[in-house]
Amino acid sequence: MTIRTAILVAAAALAVGLWPSTARAQHETAADLLDGERAFRATCANCHGPDGDLIPGIDLGRGQFRRSMSDADLVQIIRSGIPNTPMPPSSMSVEQASKIVAYLRSLAATRRGGAVAGYGDRGRLVFDGKGRCATCHRVGANGSRVGPDLTRIGELRRATDLERSLVEPGAQVDPTNRTYRVVLRDGSAVTGRLLSHDTFTVQILDSHEQLRSFVKTDLREFGFAPSPMPSYRGTLTDQEIADVVAYLASLKGR
Amino acid sequence: MNPMTLRARLVFLPLVLALGAGLSAQVTQVTFDRILHGDREPQNWLSYSATPLNQRYSPLTQITAANVKNLQQQWIWQARSLEKFEATPLVVDGIMYTVQAPNDVVALDAATGRPFWTFSYTPAPEGRPCCGRVNRGVAILGDTLYMGTIDAHLIAIDARSGQPIWNVAVANAKDRYSITHTPLIVKDKVIIGTGGGDGPIRGYIAAFDAKTGKEAWRFYTIPGPGEPGHETWSGESWKTGGVGIWNAGAYDVDTNLVFFGTGNPAPDWDGRQRLGDNLYSDSVVALDADSGTLKWHYQFTPHDELDYDSTQVPVLADVEWQGRLRKVMLWANRNGVMYVLDRTTGEFLKGKPYVKTNWLDGFDSKGRPNRVKFPTPEGTLIHPHVHGATNWAPPAFSPKTGWFYVASWENSGTVAVEGQFPRAAGVNNRQTAMGQTNLVPFYNDEHEAYGVVRAFDPRTLERKWEFRMTDITWGGVLATAGDLVFSGGREGYFLALDARTGSLLWKSSVGGQVNAAAMSYAVNGKQFVAIAAGNSLFAYALP
Repeated sequence: MTIRTAILVAAAALAVGLWPSTARAQHETAADLLDGERAFRATCANCHGPDGDLIPGIDLGRGQFRRSMSDADLVQIIRSGIPNTPMPPSSMSVEQASKIVAYLRSLAATRRGGAVAGYGDRGRLVFDGKGRCATCHRVGANGSRVGPDLTRIGELRRATDLERSLVEPGAQVDPTNRTYRVVLRDGSAVTGRLLSHDTFTVQILDSHEQLRSFVKTDLREFGFAPSPMPSYRGTLTDQEIADVVAYLASLKGR
Repeated sequence: MNPMTLRARLVFLPLVLALGAGLSAQVTQVTFDRILHGDREPQNWLSYSATPLNQRYSPLTQITAANVKNLQQQWIWQARSLEKFEATPLVVDGIMYTVQAPNDVVALDAATGRPFWTFSYTPAPEGRPCCGRVNRGVAILGDTLYMGTIDAHLIAIDARSGQPIWNVAVANAKDRYSITHTPLIVKDKVIIGTGGGDGPIRGYIAAFDAKTGKEAWRFYTIPGPGEPGHETWSGESWKTGGVGIWNAGAYDVDTNLVFFGTGNPAPDWDGRQRLGDNLYSDSVVALDADSGTLKWHYQFTPHDELDYDSTQVPVLADVEWQGRLRKVMLWANRNGVMYVLDRTTGEFLKGKPYVKTNWLDGFDSKGRPNRVKFPTPEGTLIHPHVHGATNWAPPAFSPKTGWFYVASWENSGTVAVEGQFPRAAGVNNRQTAMGQTNLVPFYNDEHEAYGVVRAFDPRTLERKWEFRMTDITWGGVLATAGDLVFSGGREGYFLALDARTGSLLWKSSVGGQVNAAAMSYAVNGKQFVAIAAGNSLFAYALP
């Protein structure tokens, strides 16, 4: 087989998905992953960021893409780019691109591996009962829209991040989940989740789940406010917290 | 086909179009003398930042600080493109020329926004700029338009017909070269540089004969073996040291010098692979316009490890300097420092941070910065942010107020880790990818980091006023003789500020990011101001 033929066969194999992701991942060596990491940092991190999470909706380090992706899909995208987006094609070989994919898959696998000594079924009871989490949060069709929607939170956050959000809710708040408070001319105050703001206006989802838009010149005061999320340290036992984390980690949107 | 027949058809076509639209606009020859003295015909906008001085100043006075509140939208032209719209249009005698990204040229009726023709160009798939498939506009000479392309070609296009005249490869896109900036016209030459300097290129500036496309001279931004400055690159790093050119140059007729700002050295973050000052990265180079010979240079950021491209447009002005009129170059740099240089000699006259800047604590007598912050394995907090105090978006200088107007990012920092992509500083002070759309600014309060338009007195570099935005900005600035400053930002507003106080006088919600600078022109005595935002071009005038 000539090299050219081999490449064509390999390309055809990729195109029809003959290299399933799980099989390939097991064949990557540590050196391949290191190569992949280097290539990622040199080529991809410029736009995607060092953790691969800089572009909204895409978190390469946690295996989150805008649609489901096989390894072959990803290799194809790395090599060909995505038309009409800033994602450019590259001159990488299939092998080089595969190493980047392997690195990203390994990263995602590592991050999901946080062991939680909790029980999801019990966590769900705490979530709906003692924790009163649904007062602000929504899972599927149930709960409030005021806080972050948790329907897919298990795909988006590591268990350690979830645990920290329960015990230290103000420690790291995603920019899209920040709380904002405005005071109108008549003295009435509105607090809610900040959806957008600019030099002249602000848009929030208020505590009654209403979309509200304000012109800043009409306001007496406006600005960021502390998160209304309480710390559950002391309110829930360590076991209950672990159970809630296990429940949240199981939420994958299905 | 008989060449005469073809020519006749090409000449006839725009006439038919013009008559069909009920217009009398016609293409006239744009001589180099007209370009050089663009201020003598303020109804036109003949080069990227108005004239080769790059002051981005319109002498038109119909729209003033007193009446700007009445400004009304006249037309919108929507690009059939989802790429960022960074181009500044040209206007020649009622006809507007701009670029639909990546590389389609369009001719519009400047009074109505209606199209005459579109020249469609499909760049080779290898054309892949690091940071967006963008273009910042065309140049014109005679009745020919010139465009650099993202696959590193330079194309001459007939301004009447939209037909290509010649197309040359400035560089090979397979080697990761690209072109995104507006060419500079000097006499009978088209001068353009190669981008791609975040990758392993060796950048250069080249001049082409405007008639034939034949290369006249070439200046490498990284000196080769035996050339002065070569010793500022360790080992073989000079071969792949980057130093792209991706913003418009300037020209000074008295000295016959062209000026270009140069890009960062590559690899961007790992200076260990290219020890030394890395000349002429992050510099301004002054080249003889006829030969391309280097006359002087000034390096703003020696041995850059933070992607502080000096690809801002050089702004040339004559200002009173310590009691006498001096021909200077004003430069608000990505590295956070504002500079005044003597543009005849390159002498460093003054440098002063214009945003929060901590990487230097002063200069030696020749203007070399004394650097005090370095990337470390654990990370060092450095201001400004990796995307800089400003970036490519052009500033403005008003000869009327004597002030220099700059749109910038204030208070943004980055954690520089040795050999790695710089990390975000602070919990929500995240990096933002170029041109990325963020509905909600990342910062936790409006003082943590923000976009701002500021006015400076170039004689002292003292700040005269500022206008803050909530979000950061990739928009440039236009100054006009009506005592106005126009700007915008990622929030999607187009703003008119009082040039003397910075007060907001008028705004328009343009529904998309402003990633370009405004320009102004007039048709039949009516002054327009045009701005690209989102994927559209907007034109405003008084009722």
